[in-house]
Amino acid sequence: MTFGPPTRALKSRPVTFIFDVPTNKISRFWDELQNGKVYGTKCKKCGHKYFPPAADCSECLTSDMEWIDLTGDEGEVETFTHVIVRPPSFAEHDTYTVAVAKMKQGVKVLAWLSGVKLGQAKVGMKVKLVGKPSREGDSYELLPIQ
Amino acid sequence: MSRRVAVVGIGHSVFGNRRDANLPEIAFEAIKPAIQDAGITQKDVGFVSVGTAGGWYEEFLPAVVVAEYAGLTGAGLVRCEAACASGSAAVASAHNAIASGQTDIAMAVGVEKMTEVDILTSIELIGRAGYYLWEFHNFGMTFPAYYALHATAHMKKYGTTEEDLAKVAVKNHKYGSMNKYAHLHNLVKVEDVLSSRVIAWPLKIFDCCPVSDGAAAIVLASEDMAKKLTDTPVWIKGLGISSGTANISKREDCTSLRSGTIAGQNAYASAKLKPNQLDVATVHDCFTIAELLAYEDLGFCERGGAGKMIREGQTEIGGKIPVNVDGGLKAKGHPIGATGVSMAAEATRQLRGQADKRQVPIKHGNALTHNIGGTGHYAYVTIFGRD
Repeated sequence: MTFGPPTRALKSRPVTFIFDVPTNKISRFWDELQNGKVYGTKCKKCGHKYFPPAADCSECLTSDMEWIDLTGDEGEVETFTHVIVRPPSFAEHDTYTVAVAKMKQGVKVLAWLSGVKLGQAKVGMKVKLVGKPSREGDSYELLPIQ
Repeated sequence: MSRRVAVVGIGHSVFGNRRDANLPEIAFEAIKPAIQDAGITQKDVGFVSVGTAGGWYEEFLPAVVVAEYAGLTGAGLVRCEAACASGSAAVASAHNAIASGQTDIAMAVGVEKMTEVDILTSIELIGRAGYYLWEFHNFGMTFPAYYALHATAHMKKYGTTEEDLAKVAVKNHKYGSMNKYAHLHNLVKVEDVLSSRVIAWPLKIFDCCPVSDGAAAIVLASEDMAKKLTDTPVWIKGLGISSGTANISKREDCTSLRSGTIAGQNAYASAKLKPNQLDVATVHDCFTIAELLAYEDLGFCERGGAGKMIREGQTEIGGKIPVNVDGGLKAKGHPIGATGVSMAAEATRQLRGQADKRQVPIKHGNALTHNIGGTGHYAYVTIFGRD
């Protein structure tokens, strides 16, 4: 039995989803990215640190959190991949490297590892976390420490 | 588990680029043979669970559409979503409906239609199978990229090589070529895999399962009912279910899937079995690295031993534990929601001795299925047995 392209199909009515994702509860995180700074949160009761930042503590279920400045924190790459085939919403970008790094302040970060060419990324390489303000949307990235 | 539950009927559609059939039509191709195999009618079915991830086909209430088209309207009905483990979630749900005494006969149906959107839209959607806000929005993660993070970490820690990964594809294509329901029937060589296009380094296109349409269905029955219906019931002896964090950065590391490990331990404990009492396993090989992680997470070998296992052919028929001798997701195809139910059907087929050229020797009478949703976001391990 072989199956080729459809001999018959009807086009569904189109639908486009664009979600308004609330960023209210951790607004400072998004505000500080514009200044190139990266913040996480820390539970005042149990001391658990959160990155990405959370407004509520999943450990002790309290919502009494404080901000911690992670800008420039240094860390080590635990793993990485070079993403060659990208989703259509990233078609405008060159291929990119995504890494997970363990930072000195105790959190781990998944972000683009910028400033390295394909094949240059290594597990164990030293990196730092920085904010990356941009007109198309503020973000953060990992940069190699020379 | 208060009441014992057995598989008494299985059905399977051909997996592949099935743009000839819509959602309920392809589900019908699996439901009809499952009902006939069990020797029942639709009216005997008290509960139906439909595993499907959805989002890439037109129906918003897929379980309802599937049930009506196959004459199952009126039975208790639920749609199960556990990403790529949706099918096993449906099996667990149908199992629980019987174990609890709610009904005596239940069906688990797994179905997915993935080719009604173009491949780029699929990539866009599957890339969100993690944490949209923190991993996709700014960083454009893709599903291969998630598993590539695990491959890089495993290669670094244990010396696993790209050749080891390629050997998983070679094995699973070999068995897929013998499975009439499989999407891909071509054989591949290690060199073909290594020289294929890089998708998310170190994974190449031949390290990845195809995008497939398909359906599978099983009929489950209580012990009394199963003994009336068949002489060859296949019992669900153990279930283990666990989960992992949405943020990959919150995992301990990427050298294993903790959820898969825990689900496996729980399944062995509830079945009162050890890995060396299994005759065959189907494990979640959406990417070649995923199969190697499964060997270790399920205790088929020690941590770091998976590369050696595949190199030595220990997971071929005749080896220590044959794995994915139906072609696995890699060659059989991975219609997301259908996969877990397809695994249950394959375990039943093997334990009944109906797997033809792919039949493994049955010594202990036990088979295991390992179905992962996302990258260890959901984990379901199920153990089936002849007694």
